[in-house]
Amino acid sequence: MELWFTENHTKNVRFSVKVTKQLYSHRSEFQSIDVFESPEFGRFLTLDGYMMLTEKDEFIYHEMITHVPMAVHPHAENILVIGGGDGGTVRELLKYDCVKSIDLVEIDEEVVEVCMKYLPQTASCLDNSSGKIRFYFEDGLKYIRHCSNMYDLIIVDSTDPFGPGEGLFTMEFYGNCFKALKDDGIMVNQHESPFYDEDAFAMQRAHKRIVNSFDMCRVYQAHIPTYPSGHWLFGFASKKYHPLRDFSEKRWAELGIETKYYTPHVHKGAFYVPAYVEKLLSDVEPDGYYKKLNGE
Amino acid sequence: MIGQTPGAFAGASIPCRNADMQGLRSFTEPDACPAAKEKCEMDQNRAPVYEALTRLKTMRIVPFDVPGHKRGRGNKELTDFLGPRCMEVDVNSMKPLDNLCHPVSVIKEAEELAAGAFGAAHAFFMVGGTTSAVQSMILSAVKEGDEIILPRNVHRSVINAMILCGAVPVYVNPETNARLGISLGMRVSEVERAIMEHPSAKAVVVNNPTYYGICSDIRSIVKLAHEHNMLVLADEAHGTHFYFGKDMPAAAMHAGADIAAVSMHKSGGSLTQSSFLLTGPRVNSDHVRQMINLTQTTSGSYLLMSSLDISRRNLALNGVRIFDRIRSLVSYAREEINEIGDYYAYSRELVNGDSIFDFDETKLSVHTLDTGLAGIEVYDILRDDYDIQTEFGDMGNLLAYVSVGDREKDIERLISALSEIRRRFKRDKTGMLETEYINPMVMETPRTAFYADKEQLPIERSAGRVCSEFVMCYPPGIPILAPGELITDQIIAYIAYAKEKGCTLLGTEDIDTELINVLK
Repeated sequence: MELWFTENHTKNVRFSVKVTKQLYSHRSEFQSIDVFESPEFGRFLTLDGYMMLTEKDEFIYHEMITHVPMAVHPHAENILVIGGGDGGTVRELLKYDCVKSIDLVEIDEEVVEVCMKYLPQTASCLDNSSGKIRFYFEDGLKYIRHCSNMYDLIIVDSTDPFGPGEGLFTMEFYGNCFKALKDDGIMVNQHESPFYDEDAFAMQRAHKRIVNSFDMCRVYQAHIPTYPSGHWLFGFASKKYHPLRDFSEKRWAELGIETKYYTPHVHKGAFYVPAYVEKLLSDVEPDGYYKKLNGE
Repeated sequence: MIGQTPGAFAGASIPCRNADMQGLRSFTEPDACPAAKEKCEMDQNRAPVYEALTRLKTMRIVPFDVPGHKRGRGNKELTDFLGPRCMEVDVNSMKPLDNLCHPVSVIKEAEELAAGAFGAAHAFFMVGGTTSAVQSMILSAVKEGDEIILPRNVHRSVINAMILCGAVPVYVNPETNARLGISLGMRVSEVERAIMEHPSAKAVVVNNPTYYGICSDIRSIVKLAHEHNMLVLADEAHGTHFYFGKDMPAAAMHAGADIAAVSMHKSGGSLTQSSFLLTGPRVNSDHVRQMINLTQTTSGSYLLMSSLDISRRNLALNGVRIFDRIRSLVSYAREEINEIGDYYAYSRELVNGDSIFDFDETKLSVHTLDTGLAGIEVYDILRDDYDIQTEFGDMGNLLAYVSVGDREKDIERLISALSEIRRRFKRDKTGMLETEYINPMVMETPRTAFYADKEQLPIERSAGRVCSEFVMCYPPGIPILAPGELITDQIIAYIAYAKEKGCTLLGTEDIDTELINVLK
């Protein structure tokens, strides 16, 4: 007997992973949570049937969503992570001594419990032996409404823009993030993929809404094999620091942080996105960076 | 099963139709009748129209009747769009399905079940919206030259019905809350004054509640009106849930009102355009049916009727739970919105025992003027910038309609968006128009004015003339001017301000509301 996990990347494209066994399956108050064991990718977590992370390639996502802003902001101390109940982003943040506090806002406590039990590779840090994490199990949109001028960095480590993560792709959410950041704060978000039409549409919509709240908005990319098309984007929205001009290769190298994907070269290269992506972004900006790049 | 719907029969004996009653206003006190007991024992689990449609599907009848799409086969594009299950039940009246104009079987049963659920003597299925229910209600109660007492903040459908039947409006000034700029309910003393001044009036109309959730003291008004041989007609377009929720304001039928138009498709969950007309024990329901049949279609939609049937069953069985949840969603939203600052989401604290006798806590009405933004401006920003569609915005208020279909996370979005709008757009509020009640000067009956010889003038040059048409913001659809009323400078200024703030104005023949028809 063969057991395969299949996710529809579009109506006409499927992605399948051979599974050895299913370790966990339960419908929480918010979503279906499943954990599988596979020969190729190790253990992996799915939410509502969508691949969230695998042990084999999660380092790419978590390093890129964390080290890029951390290498730009010169002294990020107070960090807010929205979503991210698997712990991967927190694990990367804890590599920085300058980080004083991490507020983790995850709507679904069960995700944290399941990940701590089955995915210690990312979630073991959530035992909070560092003493730096504060947990808030609530809707991110609700949490952020009450914050103002508090954070140096906000990382929006969300699911897709449907299901429980829906509210984290809205203009009211990005506006509230702007308010919650200090005057030199940075917001980084999971920004979907530019490739398949539906994902590209979600990506454009997110960009359009972020541009409404932040003056400096860029996207950067990474290659994530288990996400649809493999080509994935992150949003970099900033009140003050420029993602490349304020990035100090030397300062970051001196920290001596070990990474598998992220390097200062990758950092720089990641912001040079393909032509069609520039076009998609410029199409939804009233008068922004990507428009200028396209000579419009 | 009735035991599961506390409130539906609270306090009152079950009304029943007095078969001997001839005219509409031949008052007899309803006494305990056998039908009452029968209704209590009705099985609200049943949905006769829905059941008949389900049976029909299995009969595989060959249709050589209308509609011509023949269960969808003749219109593939529409069937792909709406779905085959929808098209299969879009059928015509036939023996197994009864006939809306003259119900004798399944529609009759369904209407009886609805009457039982609402605590009415009779319930009519209406397929032309609550507009048609309101019109049938007015047409049933008054005729040419009859006076009818009503608050000025009635829906346009009430005045439209007066154009049709020639009744004469006697307006009761609904008190206005100066801070919120909204019309309230009628004071009982004001109703009494109108009754004393117009003792031959035939009926009193009550909004139960207003669009904003404000209730008059309907029980006292019923008592007063009945003492003077007048009928009480309730516009319950926004009050379906009063019949099914716990601790709700009084529903018209429970308060002893004679006829009520109830928008099942608003808080009741049925399809748009489906509605109930309810009658009490003093009213001859056969007469009401005749009036309904004057204007209602003879091809009643079974989509609409089955939606009424299924929704009535759902509310009868689950209404208490459903409306408890809505109330708690709204009260959460209200607390959070009030915490933002400058917004005022109001509720029962407004209750003053008279012009605000009660307040419907399921309504999420938010006063916005202290942010320096008109309600309509917040309404527009919510839609344009935040992809959130609310029910309406007026000069000073925003109304978000919260219902059985809402999710917690959507409530969070609304609250967060309001908080953001305040952060981004808050400005000084000086110069914002304080709405006040404009006492209408009725110069002609709506019917006389509507059909009179008239000429078209630019609105700004129409002061001192009598208008022959409506001007209103829609929603809420409450007339600023109704046919037969004197146009004043104050009204012209209000219309200009409403336009400037982006309200959709309609009612005039001139689609841009630049010109207005006035009497020659």
